[in-house]
Amino acid sequence: MSEAPSKVTFEVLRYTPGADAKPRMQSYEVPAPKGLTVLDGLLWIKENLDPTLSWRSSCRMGVCGSCAMFINGLPRLACANQVAHLGGAKVVVKPLPNYAIIRDLVPDLEPFFAKHAAIKPYLIRKQVEELEHPTGEYFQSQEELINYIQFAYCIKCGACLAACPTVATDESYLGPQALAQAWRYIADSRDEGAAARSQEVFSGHGAFRCHFAGACSQVCPKGVDPAFAIQLMKQYMFRQKLGACKEQHGTAVAPPVENWTPREGVPKAPEHSV
Amino acid sequence: MRESTLWFWHIIAGAVILVLLGLHMAIMHLDEILGLYMDPTGWESVIARSQQGFFMVTYILLLGAALYHGLYGFRTILFELNLRKGTQKLITWLFLIGGLFLFVYGTYVAIAVYQMKEVAS
Repeated sequence: MSEAPSKVTFEVLRYTPGADAKPRMQSYEVPAPKGLTVLDGLLWIKENLDPTLSWRSSCRMGVCGSCAMFINGLPRLACANQVAHLGGAKVVVKPLPNYAIIRDLVPDLEPFFAKHAAIKPYLIRKQVEELEHPTGEYFQSQEELINYIQFAYCIKCGACLAACPTVATDESYLGPQALAQAWRYIADSRDEGAAARSQEVFSGHGAFRCHFAGACSQVCPKGVDPAFAIQLMKQYMFRQKLGACKEQHGTAVAPPVENWTPREGVPKAPEHSV
Repeated sequence: MRESTLWFWHIIAGAVILVLLGLHMAIMHLDEILGLYMDPTGWESVIARSQQGFFMVTYILLLGAALYHGLYGFRTILFELNLRKGTQKLITWLFLIGGLFLFVYGTYVAIAVYQMKEVAS
């Protein structure tokens, strides 16, 4: 890790569609104490130099995924990247590529969430009654959980789509986020919705458009590997065509745990409110 | 046809090419090791192979697999250029008709040479 410089230059892309003819870069000098994140720097600019600067952020701890930006040539979370770690005395901040710009560093994520919604990112069961009026929890073993848990860590920041070369050329391509989430549910032992998702996932703009560049996995701030999920999905489809895949039968509701005693000192769980 | 089915056959065609092209390479370039044909690119050898049922079938199989694999791959590359739906349909039909024509023509040649009684050297 390099020593944090006392001052750092933030070069930030500024653009207001309709008002500006084209995007321009604006420089700001920002004091850089130890531990300054890119988000801290942007907040300092907004409070001290330029209140018109716009971006999205919320949790400041790499959980919400709001502050994904194109920082020094890579899609990253502004809150999770310290200026000192980036190296050099200049930080170049642009909005995520492959999205339209709403203003300054704010990308238009509507197409991103539309793609996410298209793959039906929820458990699908043949028996709707149990889903609507649950009598318990669907059983899932630790081994079954491991099949998909890493893909469930997605925070929907949109960095993977910004890095994807296929999204750059084919705007209809579902992209690594939606496809990885589709696999997250298809691989879930409680789910029975593979057929319902196949229309979108295996369409002309679905899993087969992936070139396996792997850029999505490289930039994911949560260590999710969407490229791997897409390859697993291709393999699943191939096996399905060969008739080597069993029909999905979601796991049954787990029987209630009997003969148990609570550990000493653990407070009682609250009663169901709904 | 659904894209998943087209892609499935694209993979199958790739596997077929891998085997048959491997066979082709072995015959053409490992002749001194395998000792199958002393002069594999010579007229006599080419005709001798073409008049064997096994080679006639593999030629047709390789032709079909290579045409399908290549044209589907090329179509995929073109589709990533954000083409309009109408243009995509046109490309699909052009490739289908062009591919079928080449396959029928190539198959005709393979069968015709196979059926020839005598070939002048």
